[in-house]
Amino acid sequence: MDMVMLSRIQFASTTIFHFFFVPVSIGLALIIAMMQTMYVVKGDEQYKKMAKFWGKLFLINFAVGVVTGIIQEFQFGMNWSNYSRFVGDVFGAPLAIEALAAFFMESTFIGLWIFGWDRLSKKVHLVCIWLVAIGTTLSAFWILAANSFMQRPVGYQIVNGRAEMNDFFALITNGQLLVEFPHTVFGAFATGAFLITGISAYKMLKKQDTEFFKQSFKIGIIVAFVASFLVAIFGHQQAQYLVHTQPMKMAAAEGLWTTSDDPAPWTVFAAINTDKQSNKYEFKVPYALSFLSYSKFSGEVVGMKELQAEYEQKYGPGDYIPPVKTTFWSFRIMVLAGTLMILLGMYGVYMMARKKLDKLKPWYLNAMLFGISLPFIGNTSGWVMTEFGRQPWTVFGLMRTEDSISPSVTAGQVLFSTISFTTIYSILGILAVWLFVKVIKKGPNAVDQAHTVKANDPFAREGQQ
Amino acid sequence: MELSELWFVLVGVLFVGFFFLEGFDFGVGMSTTFLAKTDGERRVLINSIGPFWDANEVWLLTAGGAMFAAFPHWYATLFSGFYTPLVVVLLALIGRGVAFEFRGKGETEAWKKTWDVVILLGSMLPPFLFGVVFANLLQGLPIDKNMEMSAGLFDVVNAYTVVGGVTVTVLCLVHGLLFATLRTTGTLQERARKQAKTLLVPLAVLFVAFAIMTYTMTDIFEARGTILTIMAVLGAIAFVLSGYYMSKKRDGWAFAMTGTLIALAISGVFVGMFPNVMISSIDSAFNLTVYNAASGAYSLKVMTIVALSLLPFVLGYQIWSYFVFHKRVHEKEHLEY
Repeated sequence: MDMVMLSRIQFASTTIFHFFFVPVSIGLALIIAMMQTMYVVKGDEQYKKMAKFWGKLFLINFAVGVVTGIIQEFQFGMNWSNYSRFVGDVFGAPLAIEALAAFFMESTFIGLWIFGWDRLSKKVHLVCIWLVAIGTTLSAFWILAANSFMQRPVGYQIVNGRAEMNDFFALITNGQLLVEFPHTVFGAFATGAFLITGISAYKMLKKQDTEFFKQSFKIGIIVAFVASFLVAIFGHQQAQYLVHTQPMKMAAAEGLWTTSDDPAPWTVFAAINTDKQSNKYEFKVPYALSFLSYSKFSGEVVGMKELQAEYEQKYGPGDYIPPVKTTFWSFRIMVLAGTLMILLGMYGVYMMARKKLDKLKPWYLNAMLFGISLPFIGNTSGWVMTEFGRQPWTVFGLMRTEDSISPSVTAGQVLFSTISFTTIYSILGILAVWLFVKVIKKGPNAVDQAHTVKANDPFAREGQQ
Repeated sequence: MELSELWFVLVGVLFVGFFFLEGFDFGVGMSTTFLAKTDGERRVLINSIGPFWDANEVWLLTAGGAMFAAFPHWYATLFSGFYTPLVVVLLALIGRGVAFEFRGKGETEAWKKTWDVVILLGSMLPPFLFGVVFANLLQGLPIDKNMEMSAGLFDVVNAYTVVGGVTVTVLCLVHGLLFATLRTTGTLQERARKQAKTLLVPLAVLFVAFAIMTYTMTDIFEARGTILTIMAVLGAIAFVLSGYYMSKKRDGWAFAMTGTLIALAISGVFVGMFPNVMISSIDSAFNLTVYNAASGAYSLKVMTIVALSLLPFVLGYQIWSYFVFHKRVHEKEHLEY
C-alpha cells in the first residue's frame, strides 16, 4: 500500500476512534453539571448520587478521550509534515490555543472535581464541573476552527509558497465554523444524552433502581430531544452553506453527476456507478433537494461533471470528484440516524410531559437502549462525509492530500504505527465498554469494592474511631 | 527581541514546565514498581499524583501546539524525523493514562499486575525517549536542504543519546521520589527519601558523563561556553543542595532543588541550540533556526497576545489545584484510584 493511503487510514482510524469518546465527554460533562447544579440548588441527595454515578462513566470515557487526543495533535507533524509546513502558520494557532485555553482548563478542573468532593465547598466544586464542561466545548470550538479552515480556507495569504495567517478574526468567524461548530456540539450533547437515557431505559426495563434512573431519564431526554432537533437545524444550515463553498461535496453527497433540474429532486436511494458516472434505480422526492440547498422549492444544484470541468480549468488537470459512494451513503446514514434520534427524543419528551414515564412500553425502552448507538453512527458518518467529500484536497482548493504526507517517513513506519495504534484502540475500546458495563451493572447504590479499606494492617484502625 | 525569539523562549518554558511537572509524575509512576511494596502503597503513590498528572501532560501538548503554531518547520521536521520514537512515546502515554484510571476498577490480581507493568513502562519510556531526542537535538541530525530529516536508527541511538535518555529518566525518578516524600507519610515516605538519596550517586555519574560527552562530542560549548558553564555550576550546586536537604529531611527544599536541576538541564538544551532549533549534521547551512522555521509576523503577534493573556490564568488555577491537594495521602482514607 502506498504512503498516502496508509497515512489516510491511520488518520481516519485515529480520528474516528478519538471521536467516539470526545462527544461522550462533551455531552456527559454538560449533563453532569446540570445534575450537580440541581443538587446544589435543591439540596436533594438524589442529584448528587446521579452526578457521581454518571461521573464514573464520564471518567472512564474521559481517560480514553484524553490519551487518544495526544496522537491527534502529534500526527499532523508525524504523518503530514508537508501539510504542517504549508499551513502551520494558520492551522497551528487554533491547535495551540486549544491546548492553552481548553486542555489546561478541563484537565486541571477534572482533577479538582474527581478529588475535590470532600475538599471543596459545594459551590466551588460545582464551578469545577462547569469549567470542565465549558473547557470541553471550547476545545471543540478551536479544533473545529482548524478543521473549518481545511473546508473553507479564510484569513490567509500565500507567501513564499506557504499559507500565512493575515486575519485571525476571519479564521474564528469562518462561515463554515459558524455552522459546523453548533452542528457538532449539539451532536455531542445528544451523544451524552442518548447514552444516559439509553442506560436509564435499560435499567427501567430491568426494574433496577427505577426511581434513580427515571430521574436521570427525565434530564437526559430533554437534552436528547432539544440537541437532536438543533443538530438537524444546523445540519440544514451547513448543507446550504456547502452548496456555495464546496459544491462538489454536495453534488457527491447527492450522487448528482449532471446538474439537476430546477426545482431539484432529492435522491433518496440510488445504485451509483462511478465508472460510468451514472446512477440506476434512483428513487427521488421532487423539490426536496432545492429545499435542502436553498430553503425554497426552486433552484438547480450543479452536478459533478460540470464541476469537474470547471475545476480542471481552475486548478489544472486532475480528478476532483471525491469517493462518491462513500459520500453519498454516509450522508444518508447520518440523516437516518438523526431522524431516528429526533423521533425517539420527541416521544420520550411527550410521555414525560404527560407524566407517563412509568407506563413506557418495553418496545420503547428497548429502542432507547439501541438508540445509544445512533449518535455514534451519526457522528462517524457525518465526519466520513465531511472528510471524504473534501477529497482530493486536504485544504480545499489549496493543497491536495497526496502532497500533504511526510516525505522522510517510510511506508513501513506508517504501517507499524497504524497497526500498533489500531491494536491499542481495539483493546481500549473493549476495556472501556467492559468497564462501562461493570459500572452500570453495579448501579448507583453499590459500595465500591476497590475503595473499601482492608484491615490487614495493624495500624489501620487508628484514626478510624 | 524578535517575536520568533520570544516564542523560542516560550517553547523552552513549556518544555521546562513539562519536565518539572510531568517529571515528578513519571518518577512517581516508576516508583510504584521500585518503591512500593504493597498494593496499598501503590495506590497511595498513584493517588498522590491523581489530581495532577493529566494537567501536567497538557504542558507537552501545549509545547507541541506552540511549536506547530510558531515554528511549523521545526514541528514538521522534528515530529516526522523522530517518527518511531514518538510512536513509542504515544503508546506509552496512552497506556499510562488509562492505567491510572482503569487499575482501581478491577478486583483481580492479574488485572492490577498488568496495569502496574503498563504504568512502569508508560512512566519510564517517555522520559528516556525524550532524553534521547533532546540529546540528538544537541548532537545534530541528518537534515537536508529541504529541511527533511532522514535518520536511521543509529543516527538517533548512540552512546551519547542513550546517556542523555538514562540521565533524564533517573532525574525524573529522583524528582518523583521527592514528590512522594511530600505527599505520603510513615515508612513509605522514609523509604522514598532513602531511595532518592541512594540514587544521587548514579545520577551524579550520569550528569558528569553527559556533560563531558556534550563538551567533547558537540560544539554547543564553543558558541555559548560561558553561560553554559555557569548553568552547569548552578546545576552542581542545586544537586549538592538537594542531597543536603534530603539528609536534613527538608523534603520541600530537596524537591525544589531537583526541580531547579531539571529546569537548568532543559533550558541548557535551548540555550545551547539558540538560534538553531535543529542542527544539521550534513551542512550547517541546512540548520533550522528560530528565523527560518518560524511563522509569519502576524501569526506570531496574534499568538503572543493570546498566550500572554491566557498563561496567567493557567498558572493561577494550576497553582491553586496544588494548594487544594496539599494534604498527604493516607492508605486509610477514601482513595479514588
